[in-house]
Amino acid sequence: MRIGVFICWCGSNIGGVVDVPRVVEAVSALPGVACCSDYKYMCSEPGQEKIRRAIAEHRLDRVVVASCSPRLHENTFRQVLAASGLNPYLLEMANIREHCAWVHQQEPAKATAKAIDLVRRAVAKAGKLEPLHSAAIPVTRRALVVGGGVAGMQAALDIAEAGYQVVLVEKEPSIGGKMAMLDKTFPTLDCAACIITPRMAAVARHPAIKLLTHAEVTAINGYVGNFKITVRQKARSVDYDKCTGCGICQEKCPCTVNSEYDQGLGTRKAIYVSFPQAVPNKPVIDRAHCRRFTRGKCGVCQQVCPSGAVDYAQEDVLFEEEVGAVVLATGYDLFDWTRAYGEYGYGRYPNVITGLQFERMNNANGPTGGKIRRPSDGGVPENVVFIQCVGSRDEAKGKEYCSRVCCLYTAKQARQVLEKIPGAKVHVFYIDVRCAGKAYEEFYQDAVARGACYIRGRVSKIYPTGDKLMVRGADTLLGRPVEIEAGLVVLATAMVPGAGGAELARLAGVSTGKDGFFQEIHPKLRPVESSTAGIFLAGSCQGPRDIPDTVAHAGAAAVKVCALFARGEIITEPVVARINERLCTGCLACRLVCPYRAVEPKSIPARGGAPERTVAVVNSGLCQGCGACSATCRSGAIDLAGFSNEQLLAEISALCH
Amino acid sequence: MQLAYYPGCSWETSGREYDLSARLAGGKLGLEFIEIKDWNCCGSSAGHSTSRLLATALAARNLALAEKMGLDLTAPCASCYQRLALARHDLLADGQLRKQVNRITGHTFHGNMRVRSILEVVASLGGEHIAARVVKPLRNLKVAAYYGCLLVRPRAVQVDDPENPQMMEKIMAVAGAEVLAWSHKTECCGTSLAMNNDQLALPLVAGILEAASLSGADCIVCACPLCHFNLDYRQKKVNRVLGTGYQLPVFYFTQLLGVALGLEPGRLGLFDHFVNTKPVLQLVS
Ligand SMILES: Cc1cc2nc3c(=O)[nH]c(=O)nc-3n(C[C@H](O)[C@H](O)[C@H](O)COP(=O)(O)OP(=O)(O)OC[C@H]3O[C@@H](n4cnc5c(N)ncnc54)[C@H](O)[C@@H]3O)c2cc1C
Repeated sequence: MRIGVFICWCGSNIGGVVDVPRVVEAVSALPGVACCSDYKYMCSEPGQEKIRRAIAEHRLDRVVVASCSPRLHENTFRQVLAASGLNPYLLEMANIREHCAWVHQQEPAKATAKAIDLVRRAVAKAGKLEPLHSAAIPVTRRALVVGGGVAGMQAALDIAEAGYQVVLVEKEPSIGGKMAMLDKTFPTLDCAACIITPRMAAVARHPAIKLLTHAEVTAINGYVGNFKITVRQKARSVDYDKCTGCGICQEKCPCTVNSEYDQGLGTRKAIYVSFPQAVPNKPVIDRAHCRRFTRGKCGVCQQVCPSGAVDYAQEDVLFEEEVGAVVLATGYDLFDWTRAYGEYGYGRYPNVITGLQFERMNNANGPTGGKIRRPSDGGVPENVVFIQCVGSRDEAKGKEYCSRVCCLYTAKQARQVLEKIPGAKVHVFYIDVRCAGKAYEEFYQDAVARGACYIRGRVSKIYPTGDKLMVRGADTLLGRPVEIEAGLVVLATAMVPGAGGAELARLAGVSTGKDGFFQEIHPKLRPVESSTAGIFLAGSCQGPRDIPDTVAHAGAAAVKVCALFARGEIITEPVVARINERLCTGCLACRLVCPYRAVEPKSIPARGGAPERTVAVVNSGLCQGCGACSATCRSGAIDLAGFSNEQLLAEISALCH
Repeated sequence: MQLAYYPGCSWETSGREYDLSARLAGGKLGLEFIEIKDWNCCGSSAGHSTSRLLATALAARNLALAEKMGLDLTAPCASCYQRLALARHDLLADGQLRKQVNRITGHTFHGNMRVRSILEVVASLGGEHIAARVVKPLRNLKVAAYYGCLLVRPRAVQVDDPENPQMMEKIMAVAGAEVLAWSHKTECCGTSLAMNNDQLALPLVAGILEAASLSGADCIVCACPLCHFNLDYRQKKVNRVLGTGYQLPVFYFTQLLGVALGLEPGRLGLFDHFVNTKPVLQLVS
């Protein structure tokens, strides 16, 4: 065995604490070590060259690099081995930065001793390393996109434009998401509908996109490149092949329901199309409200339908789709302030509304035809108060985080009030105004210049006085309490993960952060990849973001999907669990602990003609090499390649010497 | 139900009607209040604004005495309730403090009792229990229930929602009154500022009176002697200084409950208030 050891100074990160020459000296004396050297930055090109040269010169067959965490540069050094003709898995790393120099800065002597121990451990393991080989698995070149908001549509269109098939699943009867509810959008004030409705039509028309609305994903099985998805098409009670979208059914339906799309400010019928530009532009029956379903009476829509499309007997349909990649784009919901903010009336005052309700009211398509009105009496509010950070940046009642879009949309809405209601007064209560974004600060300044009065402080109470509301808060710049009379109060409520996100995360096996948004695997370098290979994230389901950022994020997710499809096959990581069937007793304890659902039972013929017996098998496409099964296995039948029991024991005994 | 009863310092003075009515109404409802022998100051006001340790020790002695009786403690006064409950909370949370305080008081407090405001005690009897004993429903009476700050804050000892509490509403509704939704239930009444800073305190009192009048209330019901003092006694001064003309009687909830339970108004101290209560009481009879 000829092991080469390379110790990195990492500038002064390691070298400033650990006595590197001392480590080199100690390690050189270890059995099996053919050469040991150090360098300022082992990961740099000269550092890599040093390793390549040593491999050739000393005919090394194993390499140990002592530097930073393997998460950072294991791959870099594996490439160095590969370039020198060595199997890349004959590399072992010792983390003497995060695990040593950084945490023991005050005790350099002990840190040096620990570094020597860590390298000795790595050398012991290196002596036991075996070459490992990756395999190639073919990829199904078809993507599933879950959620048809602007993020999902962007991802679907980008993937489809690249020439791959897409299945887009949206839970609502129409695609469009929240953007389809907005009036104008900051910072350009272009009309949301003018941007989003053509995109919706493009999605529906695209030959490579299979659009499934009023549908949900109920199972995601398989692994990167080879997922099996189960979709439930919820019963629409309307046969879309026959329906022409004429709209007579909606007109005649006798049952009126609060409209979700209008955020409760307007109504719809029990058989309905969410909004006039909906895609698809055909109705569904809301069975929870329809009289036919709740009371067994009525049937008007069926009678008036000229094409006989209404079908009360329609049932949910389950079917399977095979895809190679999944994009989650399920968006956000708004924090339910009515449960938390008693000081704003717990939702008892009709003239206290949310920003999204304001959008509906301000929208030409909305319940007031675009006029800003008091919901209580339809009057024109001359004083409008906006309150930012309702539920955001409020640990006591809501969320700790900033929702990122509210400062800008509040500025937008303030402007809209000033434009639409001549002589109106607008006050905005804020904690900070956060306008990081291209042309955002200018946009906010413009609202101020037009007369929006910003007050730094929080509102402690809203109470009715006659037909007006009194808004009491603190002006923390003046150090004084203020009271402002208002006809309408608009709350910028926090963005929270979409309802059902947790269930979807469970189905897809992706992790969520502490606030419930889907978690990216690396906040900077891998912002659209989830913890499960082949499942990508797009838009505000990963964290609050506005439309420009959502679209960029979705585009990035699409590129990752396309890159996977373009390769056509995936090279599997060989660090996976292997089961020795001779030792396996078939207890399947490993299956219970596997977080990736990679273990399954299998029957094999037993020896000597005895009946078949069960053993566990590992699906190497799903296995992520965490080692939980191996640690659980009672009969020692499972070895994790690259972390075998024998290798680990060698490490432990090296450390115990 | 037996409870250790802590009357508090206002029981024979400004809060006399509260004490009287609480004992009488409680009796009708099957609550047996046993006065804590040798009780002392709860540690509020002067105590807690001087020294936290002093305030905690004063309260702790009462807690320990109640614990020896083997009973939960109840106090009518909101300020007593808050002091005693907070002291209990602090003592349970901090073993070190408990040791220190036990040494000071010479009574060991273990923490095996609860502190409950009388409002909470009555509310927890349940609507049916109370309704069964109502003999003279408060028909025609519109009440605005006023909680002030002490019963609903801070979170650790709050008896009800701090923004829209409902306990008094429920009791008054069972007693047959019409309860009103109004805005100033938990606003500050000015408390002791009324003694030294009229300029600040009077507008606070006026704000509450205004909101109650606007809501159409015939009277205010409260559960705190200090709130009562500020709203009732200072109403005249508010009218004089701010040029208003309020005539809003202010009752303890136990007084009106007592009426509904058939107790004689005179015994409940209903005629001992500063604002004339007769016109409003006529509405009921
Ligand atoms: C009041 C307000 C005003 C705003 N104004 C602006 C503005 O002016 N400019 C701007 O840039 N941004 C603005 N925004 C932000 C903007 O709404 C978001 O950036 C954008 O909507 C995010 O898009 P999305 O696709 O990620 O999420 P969403 O729009 O929430 O779309 C998610 C979609 O997924 C669907 N879905 C959810 N769960 C499932 C599931 N389990 N299965 C299938 N489908 C599912 C939903 O039904 C929805 O159609 C505003 C936000 C608010 C609240």
